Amino acid sequence: MAAKKSQKKSNVSAEELLEYYRDMLLIRRFEEKAGQLYGMGLIGGFCHLYIGQEAVVVGLEAAAKEGDKRITSYRDHGHMLACGMDPKGVMAELTGREGGYSKGKGGSMHMFSSEKHFYGGHGIVGAQVPLGAGLAFSDKYKGNDNVTFTYFGDGAANQGQIYETFNMAALWDLPVIFVIENNQYAMGTSQKRSTSTPDLYTRGEAFGIPGEIVDGMNVLAVKEASEKAVAHCRAGKGPYVLEVKTYRYRGHSMSDPAKYRTRDEVQKMRDERDPIEQVRDLLLTGKHASEDDLKAIDKDIKAVVNESAEFAKESPEPDLSELWTDIYADDLPQASAS
Amino acid sequence: MATELLMPALSPTMEEGTLAKWLVKEGDEVKSGDIIAEIETDKATMEFEAVDDGVIGKILVAEGTEGVKVNTPIAIVGEEGEDMEAAASSTASAEATPSDEPAAPAVARSDSGSGAIDFAPSDRSPDYPEGTEMKTMTVREALNEAMVEEMERDDTVFLMGEEVAEYQGAYKISQGLLDKFGEKRVIDTPITEHGFTGVAVGAAFGGLRPIVEFMTWNFAMQAMDQIINSAAKTLYMSGGQMGAPMVFRGANGAAARVAAQHSQDYAAWYAMVPGLKVVMPYTAADAKGLLKTAIRDPNPIIFLENEILYGRSFEVPKIDDFTIPFGKARVAVEGTDVTIVSFGIGMQYAMEAAEKLAQDGVSAEVIDLRTLRPIDYGTVLESVKKTNRCVTVEEGWPVGSIGNHLGATIMQQAFDYLDAPVINCTGKDVPMPYAANLEKHALITTDEVIEAVNQVTYR
Repeated sequence: MAAKKSQKKSNVSAEELLEYYRDMLLIRRFEEKAGQLYGMGLIGGFCHLYIGQEAVVVGLEAAAKEGDKRITSYRDHGHMLACGMDPKGVMAELTGREGGYSKGKGGSMHMFSSEKHFYGGHGIVGAQVPLGAGLAFSDKYKGNDNVTFTYFGDGAANQGQIYETFNMAALWDLPVIFVIENNQYAMGTSQKRSTSTPDLYTRGEAFGIPGEIVDGMNVLAVKEASEKAVAHCRAGKGPYVLEVKTYRYRGHSMSDPAKYRTRDEVQKMRDERDPIEQVRDLLLTGKHASEDDLKAIDKDIKAVVNESAEFAKESPEPDLSELWTDIYADDLPQASAS
Repeated sequence: MATELLMPALSPTMEEGTLAKWLVKEGDEVKSGDIIAEIETDKATMEFEAVDDGVIGKILVAEGTEGVKVNTPIAIVGEEGEDMEAAASSTASAEATPSDEPAAPAVARSDSGSGAIDFAPSDRSPDYPEGTEMKTMTVREALNEAMVEEMERDDTVFLMGEEVAEYQGAYKISQGLLDKFGEKRVIDTPITEHGFTGVAVGAAFGGLRPIVEFMTWNFAMQAMDQIINSAAKTLYMSGGQMGAPMVFRGANGAAARVAAQHSQDYAAWYAMVPGLKVVMPYTAADAKGLLKTAIRDPNPIIFLENEILYGRSFEVPKIDDFTIPFGKARVAVEGTDVTIVSFGIGMQYAMEAAEKLAQDGVSAEVIDLRTLRPIDYGTVLESVKKTNRCVTVEEGWPVGSIGNHLGATIMQQAFDYLDAPVINCTGKDVPMPYAANLEKHALITTDEVIEAVNQVTYR
């Protein structure tokens, strides 16, 4: 059960590399746009941006197949884009419009897509973890080989229900990958100040769950770790823990002045470790793409993001009748209440 | 192309702020992520970052300016070599700022609201045809039979909880299920309510139909977040895409001498929550018919049983696939002088009171609500309009009780019919004591129900 560091270079094609570049850039530009729309008052409430953490979801998703499930907390925009949800529907949910994934009733923190097997979007820190194990339970019950990616942060890693879940997931060999996105700050509290032992990948050891630490700023390292974890789960060997070390550039939410860390710390990470720049360098030095090719991709992404913003502004607010829908399902024959 | 930088909203409540400091000057080149200004909100000083690369063309709001409204243009950013004066004048005439957007609907509860309380007339059709053959069984057997029948019907239904499998159930409700359905579908959990409830809700999201047994509902408080935030709200939050078709069931309310932490009635707590349905049967027939309906219902169901009732026997119709619809109260006794409304074990006191009152010549109509969400208001209101008097009976605490809600509803819908105020008979407003005499006093009693009826009938 000892943890190992995965540092090897992955075998990856130029096409895949370009795809990761595109996917990460989409998340970054989307989030920047969301930040702008928030500033304009078009997005309300809490809005937690994923900027800096793009390599985590893109790397994890690189090992996913159709049927696999994913669930995460409220910093969820990146996860939705990475699993192929439509940026228009995500942005329109952020603006609380009819065209949003939840018809405007969920908002930034509560979004879902049954089509893409994205199970939210959960606002209560840690609550998505037993839910994710439950999704894995449903696949095991049905006898397929799907896995569930269950994401949570270093903050959630201190919630008791995580360990209740680890116990059951190991006990019942559930095909669930616990992805701890360690961005080093639980809102304003650094890991040092909140966590007795720093190595979160070892948190499964007491339950017999193998764990691994991964460089979350390097999409190839994440992809490789993801493939290994996925293979473990698909083979019926039970859960797997990945502690993915990452970093968020922005505040915890839009209203966080981020006084708990220095500007230099953030800037250093941006300058030296940026996940998108790393892939960009690989593409250019490996001559897999020219500056012009990348510019063209940037332009495409910008267009996609602008289109999503336009859609999110133009989509009407939900009809007032929506207040009263979706409280109860009646998709199966059931007794009338009258 | 030149774009305006607008005064940003930096918190959910910010309407204006102070432009404390510019960190750039006109003509400076900025890159995405550079801090260009410091802005003070009511809570903090925030750094304002450039989103795009460009050149600061013109600064429109000087540093130190207070009370700058959100969305006021504060600077123009353009590409190198662009004519910013022209850009400034062209953007100044641009379309209205988003602050002109219609405000979020404030109080959106309109008269057209289809979610408003349903006062439809009562459905008094019998639960089963007259002359149906009956058999005597305990509530325990009825619950067991309902689960067996539904698990036979639908193989996505499974049972999980503490001691439900090998131990055959702490209260023997799941007796024999492990043998019948195997360990895949009858699952012993560790003692970890918060965790296994979350796992079950996730399994329901994933297309299964879990039955979660709480050994008692007292322990479900550890799982409250998963029941309310995850199970009850997901259908709404997902715009109808996914929800939690499942049943949470177990013993609710006071048993005997188990004191404060093991004796609580959760009826009113759960009945408050939109997205849940809440069932609280009294008889064995209702326990069976309602549990079968609950397991089939595509929503999260709170099914409140009672340890004292588990061993009670009632007549249950011998019908294949006997179900009872939600939101249909049962008129247990017909009467003309007063309406007594109750549910669950409260029915025991209501029935005893009605019997004694009858000997005194008072004709009480006793209504068993059976489900608390939805509530069959129609049956209650029709009865009150007939008797002009109402007493509610429940074991739970008085503040925010089901009786409070019924009282308010009756006042709003049938005020002119009332000849006396509605009286709520409830458990006492204290944690449950251990001492036998104190416990007896803390619970509702038949005498209290009779006393309340005497009050509303001015006897």
